[in-house]
Amino acid sequence: MTLHNDDVRAIAALNRIRIEDRDVEATAVALSGIFGLFDALAQVDTTDVKPMAHPLDLVARLRPDRAEPVTQSGTYQTLAPDADDGLYRVPKVIG
Amino acid sequence: MSQPETIADIVSGHIASPDTAKERIQACHAKIERSQSQLNALISQDHSASNNANGGSLSGLPILHKDLFCTDGQATTAGSRMLANFVAPYDATVVSRLAKAGAVSLGKANMDEFAMGSSNETSYFGAVANPWDTSCVPGGSSGGSAAAVAAGLVPAATGTDTGGSIRQPAALCGVTGIKPTYGRVSRFGMIAFASSLDQAGCFARSAADCAPVLGAMAGFDPNDSTVADQPVPNYPAALTGDINGLTIGLPRQYFDAEVEAETARAIQTAIREFEALGAQVVDVDMPHTDLALSTYYIIAPAEASSNLARYDGVRYGHRCENPTDLTDLYERSRAEGFGREVQRRILTGAYVLSAGYYDAYYRKAQRTRRLIANDFQQAFESVDLLATPATPGPAFKLGSQIDNPTTMYANDVFTLPASLAGVPAMSVPAGFAGHLPVGLQLIGPWFEESRLLNAGHAFQQATDWHTRQPPGFE
Repeated sequence: MTLHNDDVRAIAALNRIRIEDRDVEATAVALSGIFGLFDALAQVDTTDVKPMAHPLDLVARLRPDRAEPVTQSGTYQTLAPDADDGLYRVPKVIG
Repeated sequence: MSQPETIADIVSGHIASPDTAKERIQACHAKIERSQSQLNALISQDHSASNNANGGSLSGLPILHKDLFCTDGQATTAGSRMLANFVAPYDATVVSRLAKAGAVSLGKANMDEFAMGSSNETSYFGAVANPWDTSCVPGGSSGGSAAAVAAGLVPAATGTDTGGSIRQPAALCGVTGIKPTYGRVSRFGMIAFASSLDQAGCFARSAADCAPVLGAMAGFDPNDSTVADQPVPNYPAALTGDINGLTIGLPRQYFDAEVEAETARAIQTAIREFEALGAQVVDVDMPHTDLALSTYYIIAPAEASSNLARYDGVRYGHRCENPTDLTDLYERSRAEGFGREVQRRILTGAYVLSAGYYDAYYRKAQRTRRLIANDFQQAFESVDLLATPATPGPAFKLGSQIDNPTTMYANDVFTLPASLAGVPAMSVPAGFAGHLPVGLQLIGPWFEESRLLNAGHAFQQATDWHTRQPPGFE
């Protein structure tokens, strides 16, 4: 499968990754090479094969459904590039 | 040339005389500092602990943590610019358990960015060099951990393995590395790459040295919903060295593949050694092995694209300068914070998950993953272990593959199937191709780490490859 420049621009936009115009072509070539690896799968008959999402047949464990105090937001906000008064600051969204 | 001390000897010495642990820690720090300009094996060094000779199973043992494990109050970078200034607010379970057993962390080992790579060249903090030949890669993604143990900087180091990131660098650096069963070790505090594949493990010189380290790391953890609620065997006690009657399968698909000639010869010699030790060696058929590369490079990037969506420049991690609006903040922060290989995998993963391609790629890969896992299930009905080459060849030159992702991905061809199935696997030193080490991969059934370690130990009692040290690092 060959990915084109427009495919790269579209998927980069969806992933919120800026790809400069000068890098689009090279990215398309690299991704096309990677997708070329996947062609082998198309030839395999997987009719009636159950998809495997996880290596172990685990049952999700749930903790008791009760509210617990949140005490670490201050600690976590010290990691933020820009936080103030308990809030994360970002550029203005609504004009 | 002096023989490296075993971890059992080191720990018993520290218990008998706790001050010797302090001296050892200082000596390891000095060796790290001397080696850093040659190897670049560490991203950060930690001088905060001078001793931890607490009488535990790893009393006072100096170790390094792959910089994918969160360490409370210390930089935890995942080898990425995105997290270059991130200071973890808590310890990963692996970190706290090893400390409780007496291990002393001397720092954080270099690694491929977000564990994506097979050469340790994608690290934002620079490539790691292989101690056996500093013009060659150490393998990846846990390249710093493997190089550090090979160079004798520390007796053991943690690593993580998503598609071979412990076994491949262990093979290329001539040390022992074990990836346990998926679910054997908690992933809490381990920065996520591909959550259905990521598993923590360790490096040391020998299987006997890996046994107590893995024992201290493993076990149930209420903070990880995917860790198995199963008791942890006493791994050191399982090392009888007796493998008489053990049946070892040689999957013919691995041996039909293209393997460098000296590597192939070393593997055949190692297999004859297992026969001499009383193992029965038989051929087995694993017909879906050749689908592993495609299957893995769909599933792992798909999971990565989801896991790495959290890095948005808002709550933590790199933020671009002067964003004009929120979209600009996201797009430039992620473009600047992630390296080229990580970006490629995010884009690949998002594409295979997108409408119109999901069934053809992601769902298809989940089905072929089942076929690969079934191959292991069937093989282990007739054999106790599998043996294969760990890699197609020895360490390659720095810079020789980094611009060709599909060539680089092929380095993982022998390690990927066990990752997809979730079974435990290890690489043990098995000889040399020229001056570079060769690794033999042993693969066991789910949760049979004891069997793997004992087979490795038996082999290492009969051979001395694991005691060899790179020239200049004795």
